[in-house]
Amino acid sequence: MSGQGQGRAVVSLRSVNKTFDSGTVALDGFDFDVNPGEFVSLLGPSGCGKSTALRIIAGLSSASSGTVEWCADAAPAGGIHSIADSNSSSNSNPSPNKISFVFQEPTLMPWANVAANVRLPLKLAHIDQAHITGAVNRALERVGLAEFADSYPRELSGGMRMRASIARALVTEPQLLLMDEPFAALDEITRFKLNNDMLSLWQELRRTVIFVTHSVFESVFLSQRIVVMTPRPGRVFADIAIPAPYPRDEHFRTSAEYAGYCRTVSAALTQATAGGEL
Amino acid sequence: MKARVLRIGLPLLVLALVLVAWDLAVRGFAIPAYVLPGPGLVLATLVADAELLWQSLLVTLAITVQGFLLAAVGGIALAIAFNQWRLIEYSFYPYAVILQVTPIVAVAPLLLIYLPQPMAVLACAWIVAFFPVLANTTLGLNSVDHNLIALFDLYKASRWQVLWNLKLPAALPQILAGLRIAGGLSLIGAVVAEIAAGSAGAGSGLAYRIAESGYRLNIPRMFAALLLLSAAGVVIFFLLSGLSHLALRRWHESAIRQER
Ligand SMILES: Nc1ncnc2c1ncn2[C@@H]1O[C@H](COP(=O)(O)OP(=O)(O)OP(=O)(O)O)[C@@H](O)[C@H]1O
Ligand SMILES: [Mg+2]
Repeated sequence: MSGQGQGRAVVSLRSVNKTFDSGTVALDGFDFDVNPGEFVSLLGPSGCGKSTALRIIAGLSSASSGTVEWCADAAPAGGIHSIADSNSSSNSNPSPNKISFVFQEPTLMPWANVAANVRLPLKLAHIDQAHITGAVNRALERVGLAEFADSYPRELSGGMRMRASIARALVTEPQLLLMDEPFAALDEITRFKLNNDMLSLWQELRRTVIFVTHSVFESVFLSQRIVVMTPRPGRVFADIAIPAPYPRDEHFRTSAEYAGYCRTVSAALTQATAGGEL
Repeated sequence: MKARVLRIGLPLLVLALVLVAWDLAVRGFAIPAYVLPGPGLVLATLVADAELLWQSLLVTLAITVQGFLLAAVGGIALAIAFNQWRLIEYSFYPYAVILQVTPIVAVAPLLLIYLPQPMAVLACAWIVAFFPVLANTTLGLNSVDHNLIALFDLYKASRWQVLWNLKLPAALPQILAGLRIAGGLSLIGAVVAEIAAGSAGAGSGLAYRIAESGYRLNIPRMFAALLLLSAAGVVIFFLLSGLSHLALRRWHESAIRQER
């Protein structure tokens, strides 16, 4: 169910090290593979390098040493060291980029309304107008914001802003969706709601999702696989499969099975934080 | 609603009190008009000299508007150039600062020597108004949310896309704040240059009228011209504030009215 299998990895990191100019070693010996269509969570204490890893995967930052390889379907457009450019003919695919990123904050442009924010990735890629309108409407409908297309971000609630941010990430129909603690700032009710929405979206679209969180409960509810990281410098401490079947709903959230997985993952996280061995 | 009445009513009340006190003082102490004219006389002069003062006002306003427009275009363009090409910033920024910190009153006479008078006045208006636009625009362009920059990066936006779609809109509040300051300053620059040129006697703007009336001890006209200058400054301020409000009203904290 987890680990390797299912053909080539979407993205594959080998002994990646990231040392910042300040001398901070954020990642060291970080090995990580993500399989196509998989929902995998990166779980670890604050400051362990989760965001750093995600930025490297997005091609927004480069590793100090080690290798990062993307499969052709998910390479960052013109990425820093993408090895997958032999597969050209990008015109058959309307996506300007095969990777999308959802930040911890909604990161919307306050001067643009929701539709304009969601439209941005397509506009930057010079996609033609006819295609843009349809794609934007579809993305807004998926996250339940169709009625708010003309609203400005400040007129939305925190959860709605986050959904707008997710719609913007989905509008390019990315192969790989990177999410950096997207729901961390939300209240529990909204968070559960968005977790449910997230899962139905994922089941519908079957894109690969890498989801960063420091919540054990959230990661168990969402993921097929949880990668627990050690405190700085970050590396993989444990790789735990959550083989519970989808769809997962409120029933799953209150089941003994769910509680059991949470216990296992929680124990791994405690050990990772304490620096012990599994 | 009540706050609004007070906001408008109280300043008007203060104005009325000051005018009454001024008038009473002038009458009570029998102050001659060439020392301090009463408010009534100033108003009468304003009406009597209306044509002359109006012509002068137009001259000063024309210079102010030209100086302001040049400062706006120049300041924004230079800030963009600084933002896009580091080397240009390194080369020219110190001189922009020097231009700013040198007192304009000291520069005006020099400009009057080297430039024809209308040009010198315009140059003064431009020099004082230019820096706030440059400084504010630079600040705005440099303080864009870094996650939004990363997002544009992720979607491989070109430099110009980043500038046009991200940096300029993000800097708009600061740019408008710079323009608001520049509006008032370009009037000051024009006045300073006119006053400096006053002794040369070639100009005909409002500030020149003030200097000229001063020599002739026509104090009521000095006051009338001063009144017009203040009014021009206030109108410029309100026009630019209105523009700023119009541009930002949908999204920026400074312009939105929070519904409770
Ligand atoms: N641009 C940077 N320059 C210097 N150090 C950085 C930079 N970005 C991150 N770091 C450091 O790298 C380490 C890992 O940071 P990172 O943001 O990846 O942590 P994280 O796991 O995402 O934490 P959190 O859960 O709090 O978001 C931290 O110690 C941080 O101080
Ligand atoms: Mg982080």
